Amino acid sequence: MKIETVVNGHKRIFDITPDELLADTLKRYDYTSVRKGCDTTSCGVCTILVDGSPVPSCAYLTARAEGKEITTVEGIAEEAERLAEHFGDEGADQCGFCNPGIALSVHALKLSRKSFTEENLRHYLVGHLCRCSGYQSQIKAIQRYLGDAK
Amino acid sequence: MKKTKTVNQKVRSIDGKGIMMGRAAYTDDFAPKAALVIKVLRSPHAFARIKRIDKSKAEALPGVEIVLTHEDFPRNPFTRAGQGYPEPSPHDKFALDDHVRYVGDEIACVAAHDEKTAEAALKLIEVDYEVKEPVLDFEKAKGNESVIHAEESIHEMFPIGFDPEKNVAAAYHMEVDDVEKRLSESEVTIESSFYTQAQAHTALEPHTVNARIDYLNRLVIYSSTQTPFHVRRILSQALEIPLNRIRVIKPRVGGGFGGKQAIHGEMLAAMVTMKTKKPSRLTYTRKEVFEATYSRHPMRIDMRLGATKDGRITAIDCYGLSDTGAYGEHALTVFMVTGSKVLPLYNKVDAVRFHGDIVYTNRMSSGAFRGYGAVQGNYALESAIDMLAEKLGMDPLALRQKNMIAEGESSPIFEIMGEGTAGTAMNMESCKLDYCVKRGMELIGYKDKYPRQEIGKNKLRSVGMAIAMQGSGIPYIDMGAATIKLNDDGFYNLLVGATDIGQGSDTILAQIAAEELGVDVEKMVVYSSDTDLTPFDAGAYASSTTYVSGNAVWKAAKTMKERLIAEAARSLGVEPEDIEFQGTSFKNKKDDEELTLSDLSNTLFYNDDQKQLSVTESYYGTKSPPPFMAGFVEIEIDKETGEYEVIDYVSVVDCGVTINPKLAQGQIEGGVVQGLGMAMTEDVKIAANGKLITADFLNYKIPTGKDIRKLTTEFAESYEKSGPYGAKSVGEIGIDTPPAAIANAVYNALGVRIKSLPVTPEKILSALKEKNGKHHMMGMRSHDGRNL
Ligand code: FES
Ligand code: FES
Repeated sequence: MKIETVVNGHKRIFDITPDELLADTLKRYDYTSVRKGCDTTSCGVCTILVDGSPVPSCAYLTARAEGKEITTVEGIAEEAERLAEHFGDEGADQCGFCNPGIALSVHALKLSRKSFTEENLRHYLVGHLCRCSGYQSQIKAIQRYLGDAK
Repeated sequence: MKKTKTVNQKVRSIDGKGIMMGRAAYTDDFAPKAALVIKVLRSPHAFARIKRIDKSKAEALPGVEIVLTHEDFPRNPFTRAGQGYPEPSPHDKFALDDHVRYVGDEIACVAAHDEKTAEAALKLIEVDYEVKEPVLDFEKAKGNESVIHAEESIHEMFPIGFDPEKNVAAAYHMEVDDVEKRLSESEVTIESSFYTQAQAHTALEPHTVNARIDYLNRLVIYSSTQTPFHVRRILSQALEIPLNRIRVIKPRVGGGFGGKQAIHGEMLAAMVTMKTKKPSRLTYTRKEVFEATYSRHPMRIDMRLGATKDGRITAIDCYGLSDTGAYGEHALTVFMVTGSKVLPLYNKVDAVRFHGDIVYTNRMSSGAFRGYGAVQGNYALESAIDMLAEKLGMDPLALRQKNMIAEGESSPIFEIMGEGTAGTAMNMESCKLDYCVKRGMELIGYKDKYPRQEIGKNKLRSVGMAIAMQGSGIPYIDMGAATIKLNDDGFYNLLVGATDIGQGSDTILAQIAAEELGVDVEKMVVYSSDTDLTPFDAGAYASSTTYVSGNAVWKAAKTMKERLIAEAARSLGVEPEDIEFQGTSFKNKKDDEELTLSDLSNTLFYNDDQKQLSVTESYYGTKSPPPFMAGFVEIEIDKETGEYEVIDYVSVVDCGVTINPKLAQGQIEGGVVQGLGMAMTEDVKIAANGKLITADFLNYKIPTGKDIRKLTTEFAESYEKSGPYGAKSVGEIGIDTPPAAIANAVYNALGVRIKSLPVTPEKILSALKEKNGKHHMMGMRSHDGRNL
């Protein structure tokens, strides 16, 4: 079947099977940033934005994306680059497998314009597992980034 | 130390932006679109012989390209462990075999044009099993009637105590002086057994491989591996493909922690592509990663300590029983590290013994895991030290300070124990453990907080600590090499075999080269870990990279500098001694005439006595200077429920000079949190039939961002003369202290000693119950009158 969506601001027509998951479709259509770390919606690696909200694309049927706006990290390149600078300053970037997903959740948070304490932030990002960093450096980097963005 | 511009400075990782922006980087990002998808049929039985396997129906399914069973592979035993050669692990594994030895062991694989077809085909493979009696309890493995490895042709590469008829993969024994005698003479002794669990690595990138045949008709493997050169060697040996026909490329790796220090899907992908001549790809599902890669070796450690009344530790006896699971990968070497990188912490003993067996069982294979046996040993020893302190009536810190290793000292263990073989004598040229302990005390507020404070009706806060050491590479065994190549316009390529698995080695190696050559890091373009294009390196394990690969890079940079000075002198018509090297330019000291690096390189490329400047240097350690660390934890614990939380984890680390302080901090903090996971929640569990219970992130809990409130990390000022710019390695040490520190903190809070990991509220409660029961029976209260 065919569905029409907007990905990173561009209209896309995806040719899919009804049971196909969005993570797989996006990968198939060369959005390389979309990767998977599990298959139980537990790790956050595959996070994308659907109409601005973070969603695990490994559990989202592509068919449901008809008419929706999808954002992958390729669509927020400049933001991601600036976040990466803060990650670099804090030494928060290690293997990076968790990073694009985090960048999207952080971007959604920024758009929401809510202010967050460190503790809120730790709870907000609880769906993003990271096995490398120990989290604290990431949290610091994200706080700096959100502070700058204001 | 002379002033540095790049080393020990704030430098951002060289690859962080591209990764955050989602650019193609990891193994699967490079799989050809048309690649066949490989799926693996795995054993439902813990132990069985395959009587008959029929793949005809699966092969007949439209869309299936090939199905491979053990009949399709040469029968060459090998070890999946990526280690020095000859390997100290037994060759006890076949790519596919007619026996399966754990639930999840590979039986066959299907390569099809899409995932669904491959999965459907798996169900069409018919297998008849002769189910055998599995050995699941590692304490009953040795000499069990059920023999896990009875196949012919499996062997050890050199004597490691391999005795498969008894289910023993390896055994070890060493003794300094006479331990029994010294213990019997000791005024105070303690004795206790400790159990450590299987821990899963859970790198977020699953094990991934893809294979293709290139236009030169060579097999090209992309793999998320920690050891590309070992992968090439093992593939060649097992599949009988000449080494020169294989290229292994390691792209960005999404975490390793030891779990990728081995062959996993590579054998299957290589064979599929060799047979079909088509590209193939294999990404493990998360369940497969949990079920069929590696875990940490579970162990029982029996620890006996002896001391004089005034607190001099006189003897340590440590027996270990290690569970290597179905295959003996890293069996002996992990076990030896349990002794060799733990027991020298207390180097003033009169006698020390370390011995034990590493046994086969029918559970998933154990393998390399950050800390590599030292975590297990550290938990046992550092728990036992607190127990001894209590019996001596001493502060546990004072006991440590009196007995622990110090700068300039040694331990006989270094010479006796290496990894699989004898070790190397060495003195501690850099050891700031004493500072680490003192500074850690200050940072956690030990004086005020030890052992505990009441902070509410049911809540206590307490502190606990442990000290640790690790190593910096494997001396005389593992080599790293680096090539530096000058380009026109005066920038360089740095080609290293060293394997960046996310720890940032590409960045720190670039820093070392850039520092020596006096250029910015951006002028050092790094390419790593490609068996065709980069020089050799043993790989990312044993805390090797900073020290071993770093020294190789440093040597190469120094040689390049000499070559540049010679060329500049020739160009300026003076002697090399007359040249002042300034990195981006060369000055003739006599007349201040300057030649820029850019001009020199352009001339060398296009105009005068043209040549390519390129140098390759290699390094192997002649010792393995240990990094040291003191870890302190403050916990808040609920007396009623046994539930506790980490308030702060203080790490003070001596890893020599930190090449990149922020990345070094990342290594420590990542290690500490992984160690806290092991201490508090993580536990690979199997059911009575050998089936894995913890097969996903819902059942296997790793720490999340809200689980640990605060990490405090500092580095001691330290300089290791033999390291690049004074550095030692730092990849593993962070994981060592949390298990003992947590157990000690729980004891300091509630007076119960948890002797098996993880330290869970259930174990704490039942220990409390037992303790209170005893007290009631004797009509006693705890010594300080607390109502526990
Ligand atoms: S891959 Fe989607 S949450 Fe893990
Ligand atoms: S950086 Fe490796 S998982 Fe987060």
